[in-house]
Amino acid sequence: MRWIRESWRRLRAFTRFDALERGLDEEIRFHIERQVDKNLRAGLTPDEARRQAYIQFGGVERFKASTRDELRPALLQDSLLDLRYGVRALRRAPAFTLVAAVTLALGIGATTAVFTVVHGVLIKPLPFRESDALVSLKHTAKDVGAGPPVGISLSLFVSYASHNRSFDALGVWSRGTEYVTDGPRPEEVTVLNVSAGTLRALGIRPARGRWFSEADQAPEAPETVILMDGYWRRRFGRDPAILGRRVTVDSRPRVVVGVMPAGFRFLDESPDLVLPVRIDPVALTLGGFNYEALARLAPGVTVEQASTDLRRIVPLWVEAWPSFPGIDRHAFADTTPLVRPLKDELVGDADTMLWVLMGTIGIVLLIACANVANLVLVRAQGRHHELAIHAALGAGRGRIARQLLAESLVLGLLGGTLGLLLAAAGLRVLTTVGPVSIPRLREITLDPTVLVFTLVTSLASALLFGGIPVAKFGGRRVALTLRAGGRGSSDSQERNRARNVLVVAQVALALILLVGSGLMVRTFVALRAVPPGFTDPDHVQLVRVTLSEAEVGEPELVLRLQRDMLDRLATIPGVTRVSFTANVPMAGERSRSIFTRSSIWREDVPMADPSKPPPIRWFRYVAPGFFHTIGTHLVAGRDFTWVDLEQRRPVAVISENLARELWLEPRAALGKRIREGDGSPWREVIGVVGDVYDEGVHRQASSIVYWPSFMENFCGQQVTVPRAVTFAIRSSNAGSERLLTQVRGAISSVKADVPLTRVRTLADVYARSLAATSFAATMLAVAAAMALVLGVIGIYGVIAYAVTQRRREIGIRAALGASRGELAGMYVRRGVKLALAGVACGLACAAVLTQLMETLLFRTSPLDPTIYGLVSLGLVGIAALASYVPARGAAQVDPMQTLRGV
Amino acid sequence: MTKERSDLLQGTLDLLVLKALQLEPMHGWGITERIEQWSERVLQLGQGTLYPALYRLERQGSIKSEWKVTENSRRARYYSLTRQGRRQLDSELAQWRRTSRAVNQVLEVTTP
Repeated sequence: MRWIRESWRRLRAFTRFDALERGLDEEIRFHIERQVDKNLRAGLTPDEARRQAYIQFGGVERFKASTRDELRPALLQDSLLDLRYGVRALRRAPAFTLVAAVTLALGIGATTAVFTVVHGVLIKPLPFRESDALVSLKHTAKDVGAGPPVGISLSLFVSYASHNRSFDALGVWSRGTEYVTDGPRPEEVTVLNVSAGTLRALGIRPARGRWFSEADQAPEAPETVILMDGYWRRRFGRDPAILGRRVTVDSRPRVVVGVMPAGFRFLDESPDLVLPVRIDPVALTLGGFNYEALARLAPGVTVEQASTDLRRIVPLWVEAWPSFPGIDRHAFADTTPLVRPLKDELVGDADTMLWVLMGTIGIVLLIACANVANLVLVRAQGRHHELAIHAALGAGRGRIARQLLAESLVLGLLGGTLGLLLAAAGLRVLTTVGPVSIPRLREITLDPTVLVFTLVTSLASALLFGGIPVAKFGGRRVALTLRAGGRGSSDSQERNRARNVLVVAQVALALILLVGSGLMVRTFVALRAVPPGFTDPDHVQLVRVTLSEAEVGEPELVLRLQRDMLDRLATIPGVTRVSFTANVPMAGERSRSIFTRSSIWREDVPMADPSKPPPIRWFRYVAPGFFHTIGTHLVAGRDFTWVDLEQRRPVAVISENLARELWLEPRAALGKRIREGDGSPWREVIGVVGDVYDEGVHRQASSIVYWPSFMENFCGQQVTVPRAVTFAIRSSNAGSERLLTQVRGAISSVKADVPLTRVRTLADVYARSLAATSFAATMLAVAAAMALVLGVIGIYGVIAYAVTQRRREIGIRAALGASRGELAGMYVRRGVKLALAGVACGLACAAVLTQLMETLLFRTSPLDPTIYGLVSLGLVGIAALASYVPARGAAQVDPMQTLRGV
Repeated sequence: MTKERSDLLQGTLDLLVLKALQLEPMHGWGITERIEQWSERVLQLGQGTLYPALYRLERQGSIKSEWKVTENSRRARYYSLTRQGRRQLDSELAQWRRTSRAVNQVLEVTTP
């Protein structure tokens, strides 16, 4: 604080403004004293002498002011002076200042908050050295099934690494979960598997120890691990002697070789451990696109050049490695690399929503500015006379304009400061409730760029709402109004035009936002209306239980324990159904230990081209009763039974859309046989169940093959049993602490010390899949509500002002026999007319602007007539109401009183 | 408000101030007194109007000011003519004489 005051003092000393001001004060005081002396000598009483002296001098302040004008100090001094006038003027009108500043603060605060998110997510470079050079590599291949691009296979990575001429560094990575088993009880940890090039590409060094080298990737190299800072702190209390210690991951001891620096986030991941990817060139095949790849472009290499370079390598790769058994290697020849900036990859499709949001909030700010401009106009009209006198006394056009603007600037800065506080508070809310689907949300801060943005926004707003009165009153014409005497012409058409235009603009802008948020809400409703493939998810409790290979070896024992747990869970009071699955619907769960998707062959129709694998389908492993538990209905056939599992029968259940795709009709699928690999046994389709929207209800329902949670000869394994399963427990107490305690008791009565992880309800999973849409809908609804309130205030203000201005006219009309209804109607009509004009403009703009949000919509046209109609009607109705309140005041004017009062 | 008070033509005040300062440096109040005396109290300035004029003249460089102690040992700002001010006085006096003679001639024409 002190340095601010100090520099202020210096600035003032420098401009010598104060010295001049003090000098003038002293000079005038001296003058008056001499005059008083003279008057005393002339025989006046002391009081009279002083009074006369002041009269003879004329208005002290007035002449001081005009003397200051003569001083014509430097522009800076002048501006400071104007600002000081501005502050003083605002202090004299606290109500106006409060309303205007709060309105602005809302607008600027909301804009700042959203800009901070947009800046943090979309604009700010990734927190890595020369992050523009970072790219991600993905691949598409027509034959392996359409769908989103996939990552990279290890063999392709090895080919790229040895042949590319584009990259300084290239690495692959994948995420996963493992168990640390050397503690008192096994702990589930999130891990990042990386190749040596990955962190080299990012350019981040470990805080301690070393990064993985190529040697760590070799199949027989000693097992190593790097700790993330959080895990190092949590598990080892920041032990400085951590390097060289051992951590047992999945029963295998690993030597700690490094600790990553605090604050390091790998893209959007913050895992516990980093493990090296093992690459055994002898065992690699062409397929297995299970890794993600990132690279740092060599200096001067563009994304396009890198793409061309990689396309050149693909044929070399196809010839260099063996294919899967039964699949011709040339099936991989159409693999196409997709190189794009890492930031784009990370941000994904969040950008449309964020830009729409930014535009929306910008409109709210415009409406807020229009409101404040209205207030400032009213105020300027009140001071019209004063300004006219200024002008008549020779104050230049620029000078009056500056004075008017100064007030607005002070107001803008005040609003900006308050807005910044609001934004800071709002951001805290936003980053905690914002959907997980917004990437980089945790990188968001109010940084200097944001502060500059707020300052510029505040000043620009001030120019906007301050400029309108300046344009109207800054002119030389002002002097003319002096003649009019200030009353007769006070409601001149011309003057109200500015206010009317503002209101029309406000209504138009509000309509755009209401339409936008209406479309978003309709989208949300449409999404909610899609049956997700399960029912009443609020009452389905999910808990994950893992029986690791180290603790429970035998697959049969795993199945028995899982079944015992089911039986215990079923005895909990209030639990109606219970079952388990290896991968929860909609949760996007993938695991390395089981196949989550693969090609499916059918027995009845041989492959047209045996060299190409059939399309890929999603797999889900379930226990008997799972469909019934979560509410997926059985379309045809039957569910798995425990006998199927015990006898290891080769059976499968498929989703309705898959059945229709392959056999046109669900019943036709029953008895047909499918298999997941060329050499596997055929498995009979025994049931068809309703579709589950695994990728979220806004996407197509995935075609899914359900396998029993215990099988033999599956995917080349003798016995397949998922060791990490999620129990689904249907109970009216789902989500309660009481139920969890009972669940914990039931599980530990079967096997002690088994941790429950990923505790949630199915409704949580469902809500998460809708999070992006509900976030956008909520934000747009908040913005639209603000716009509506501000717009209503605008209409109300204009009508109320018109009424007070024309009390005389109303009084006369009433005296001449106009009924109250007629009088009120006159003003309501006026308000409605303005609203209609606004609605017309708004509809035209909305029809164009909503096209921008088309990708955010679901089963809703950007020109949805219902929304447009409802919003227009509603807006006009509200406008009528907002006009009626002040108009009623007009009708209650007592004619006699007004006429007399004139 | 005295009846005799004449509105000063624009620019005249500057001329009067310069004239008042021709003999010696004076402070603001002194200037008003002198103008009143010389005009035999016909020209009673709204005294405040003097200060904008003083500051204007100083800014234009016709007069300069400095703080001095009066005979009653009070601080006051004394104004004095600069060289440019003297030249300005001469030229404005000449201009004034020409104008006033012309005005007088018009006014003294006897109507038939």
